[in-house]
Amino acid sequence: MTPTGTTSRTSMVAARATDLSKVYGEGETRVVALDGVSVEFRRAEYTAIMGPSGSGKSTLMHCMAGLDSVSAGSARIGETELASLKDKQLTQLRRDKIGFIFQAFNLLPTLTAAENITLPMDIAGRKADQQWLAQVIATVGLADRLSHRPNQLSGGQQQRVAVARALASKPEIIFADEPTGNLDSRSGAEILGFLRNSVRELGQTIVMVTHDPVAASYADRVIFLADGRVVDELHDPTSDGVLERMKRFDAKGRTS
Amino acid sequence: MFRTALRNVLAHKARLLMTVLAVMLGVAFVSGTLVFTDTIGDAFKKSSAKSYENVSIAVKPGFAARSTGTAGQDERPQLTQRQLDTVRALPGAASATGSVSGFTAVADKDGKLIGNGWSTRGGNYSAGKDGTDSRYALTDGRAPQKPEEVAVDSKTADRADLQVGDTVRMSVNGPVMHQTVTGVFDTDDGNVAAGGSLVLFDTATAQKLFAKPGQYDEIDVRAAPGTSQAVLKAEAEKALPEGTEIVTGQKLADEEAAQISQAMSGLNTGLLVFAGIALFVGIFIIANTFTMLVAQRTKELALMRAVGASRRQVTRSVLIEAFVVGLTAAVVGLVTGIGIAVGMRSLLGTTGATMPDGPLVVAPGTIMASLVVGVAVTMLAAWLPARRASRIAPVAAMSSVHAPATTRSLVLRNTLGALLTGAGIALVLAGVGMGMDSGKLPLGAGGGLLLIGVFVLTPLLSRPVIAAAGPLLRPFGVTGKLARQNSVRNPRRTAATASALMIGLTLITGLTVIATSVQKGIDRIAADSIKADYTISMVNRVNGLSPEVAKTLSGLGDVTASSPMREAWIELGGGDHPVTGVNTRSIAQLVNLDFTSGSIGGLGGTTVVVDDKTAKDGGWKVGDALPTVYDDKARGTLTVGGIYQGNNILNGVLVDTATLDPHLSKISDTQVMVKTADGASAATKDAIEKALGDNPAIKVQDKADISNEAGGMISMMLNMLYGLLAMAVIVAVLGVINTLAMSVFERSHEIGMLRAIGLDRRDVKRMVRFESLLISLFGAVLGIGLGVFLGWAAGRLIAGGMDTYTMVLPWDRIAIFLGGAAVVGVLAALWPARRAARLNMLSAIKAE
Repeated sequence: MTPTGTTSRTSMVAARATDLSKVYGEGETRVVALDGVSVEFRRAEYTAIMGPSGSGKSTLMHCMAGLDSVSAGSARIGETELASLKDKQLTQLRRDKIGFIFQAFNLLPTLTAAENITLPMDIAGRKADQQWLAQVIATVGLADRLSHRPNQLSGGQQQRVAVARALASKPEIIFADEPTGNLDSRSGAEILGFLRNSVRELGQTIVMVTHDPVAASYADRVIFLADGRVVDELHDPTSDGVLERMKRFDAKGRTS
Repeated sequence: MFRTALRNVLAHKARLLMTVLAVMLGVAFVSGTLVFTDTIGDAFKKSSAKSYENVSIAVKPGFAARSTGTAGQDERPQLTQRQLDTVRALPGAASATGSVSGFTAVADKDGKLIGNGWSTRGGNYSAGKDGTDSRYALTDGRAPQKPEEVAVDSKTADRADLQVGDTVRMSVNGPVMHQTVTGVFDTDDGNVAAGGSLVLFDTATAQKLFAKPGQYDEIDVRAAPGTSQAVLKAEAEKALPEGTEIVTGQKLADEEAAQISQAMSGLNTGLLVFAGIALFVGIFIIANTFTMLVAQRTKELALMRAVGASRRQVTRSVLIEAFVVGLTAAVVGLVTGIGIAVGMRSLLGTTGATMPDGPLVVAPGTIMASLVVGVAVTMLAAWLPARRASRIAPVAAMSSVHAPATTRSLVLRNTLGALLTGAGIALVLAGVGMGMDSGKLPLGAGGGLLLIGVFVLTPLLSRPVIAAAGPLLRPFGVTGKLARQNSVRNPRRTAATASALMIGLTLITGLTVIATSVQKGIDRIAADSIKADYTISMVNRVNGLSPEVAKTLSGLGDVTASSPMREAWIELGGGDHPVTGVNTRSIAQLVNLDFTSGSIGGLGGTTVVVDDKTAKDGGWKVGDALPTVYDDKARGTLTVGGIYQGNNILNGVLVDTATLDPHLSKISDTQVMVKTADGASAATKDAIEKALGDNPAIKVQDKADISNEAGGMISMMLNMLYGLLAMAVIVAVLGVINTLAMSVFERSHEIGMLRAIGLDRRDVKRMVRFESLLISLFGAVLGIGLGVFLGWAAGRLIAGGMDTYTMVLPWDRIAIFLGGAAVVGVLAALWPARRAARLNMLSAIKAE
């Protein structure tokens, strides 16, 4: 299925998958995780990827973010074809152009919150834009927690540090993998609010993998995956709409 | 429970490999040592038994009531030809051989001495009824028959490339002899086996050289068939004068075997000490590994507790695991050890030391010791982690993070460590204050306590010491910073890992400091106390030089001053004292003596000078007249003319040779000192050697030669110790690898995250490498610090017995040790760093 918006200019696209396939194993153990996925992630748009477990949503994110190799087809960040990059260049691309928020293990326990936030820039040996940094920290409300180490922060605060880190280096695109999976609903809502605001107010591009309809309802667009293919898409979703769509997978899963 | 434990062992094969290696190395060293010494000892015993095979009884002259003077050996009553004939005629004797032997130096084709001077011997070829000597089997040529003929042993012939018909230069006591080689023989003589040489003269010549014509110093008798050694001994006792020593061959063989056992046990103890060190270091690694295994298995163990396993069962499961690991390692170690023993033997063979051949001896005791040591050490090391495992609360199974070590236990640990360290330092300092003899024990005990104390304190020390390295890592940015923080994240583990290296380096540094300082002291003795350009002595230093040597040297044109050192014993002021006869006119130009009272000027005639220690012991003062009894029982009086500070070169009573000589039955000099007009030079040395007839039995040494001779021993010993201590370092390296592998494993999520947000593989590798470097250098810095301190303390004790001892810090060596530790760090990080860099990012960042 071809998503809508093919007419938009390429410069409007932050990342694009074309006929993207990912196959694990060989012979009898062969598993097709992605089966010819074509999808575009537009700039300043908040996209959620949903699907039942095993649908390939995480694999799609990993391939798009340069964390995993591609079996066939193409994955691009901006105009850069990921398959053409060597490990070192891929690492640099992740460092300079991509922000990450994982479900857990986002932070280094030995570094303070502030040090964790500037870590990608420190690795690159770049100076952080202090004004921007202050704005990001203020936005996520961490100004009084900067010298704390991760084990002195609550789970919600830790994820806010992770959000700040992803935003701090002004990446072209942020990939978030179940960012609220380990949080209570109030902290989760906070994080999702920050992400949506960063898209609305700062023009950030975000791709988020989730299985939570409430989380998905914060996005501008939801892409549904099943069996390694894009099967549907919702714009300006509500949590009820997403839930309804998901229920159909469940029904299908039970009847087939 | 046993099945669970066994499964755990198998499940963590790779992880346990380091532990197995550590135990294995220690056990291999233990078993290798035991097998090696058993094998060599057994071979020596067999060889000595073989050499007494043909000796039923040995007859030796009885010792004189009191042997006085260095010439005592020569004054020993000898066995006569008549006695040999008497013994031969005994009804129980099949044959009897009279032998004479003594020091004989043989020169190779370049005029250099063959062997080391200690085991170069000469003897007599005593043909029996069949015309051959059963002790020596001729392989080439014939037996010596004329005074200018000799036979040489085959090993010496090989070494010097001697053939029948060649002329060989040799010396027994005085003049150089040019002998013709008439034969080459095989022998199991112990001196030859030990790397010496044996030349045989015909009996008459040998008697003239080593004893007096017609005399023997031993008669070996072979019993007639049917006569026992005891019966033959009884017969001989009746026929020979009272006081003659008669020993059965069996007893001789037994005595030699006992001597060999004793010599071997010394070697054994030395090697086992190092095995002990290796095992001690191994304990840290094993404890470390099991601590980590337990920590990793917290959930699993908690689950077992939750489903009903008792504390004791949990402890036991860990201990069983340790038992299996220990046993495996011990068996592998035992086998490796046997290999090491074989290797050591052939290695010694290639260095020229000749060892008798024999079968490999693996005693049941060796097997037992190896297994017990391996298993006991492993279980001991695993005991604490096992107890810790049993304390894991069942609820830990549900929580996702394991509890960090409480600060309280570190407080306790630091207090204990501080107490131990303090006590150790106090004991060491107390030992230093006590002096050489009584200070040794407190120093050793204090050193041990200090080492343990610092080990206990290492977690506390790790933070400040590693923080101090921070500025060095700054250029490496975030990688360096992360490495520094990672290395102090688990202070206990870092401490245990670094301690293993610390112990090895403490010993290495301490020994190096002592050896360098002693070497410096020796150099100073030679430089400070000897003014002579050359010192001339016999190569074995035991035999004396004939007085001709001193005479020849004093007549040389270049020589401006010379004096013999003529050793004798005389009764002085009621007690026996060693005295040194010197040339009173020259002695002040040849040695440096500091007089505390009186002066060298008083020396001469019946006036002597004595060293401070002898004077103090005898309560003598300058001007005291001492009643004297000379060696020949003549009486006289000697007056103390001065008291000087004795040193390692010259001490005791110095007396005019002119006063001493008339009372000596045989004059022999331990050395002759010489000063020349032009100073020491190759030409002067050549001239002296030439004047002495290029005698292989005499060595001419300048000051540098003297310090090198003593120093050579020290550096050889030091190199051997380095080799042995390298074991401890290898075990420590395994520990570093182990710790890093664990760190990488535990931090796989973190590393995965770092890779995802942009740390490339090279940086990940570098991060692990830096961590390894920091841990290694931390251990090295502690070890070197401790080693210097203990080396200083031991040096204070040595200085008590060696005036010229000066503490020297061998900076070059210390730099090498630090560099070595850095290399160790980098090498140890190779594999863990690769693993870290290859870590699968995706599995690392997935939750759970």
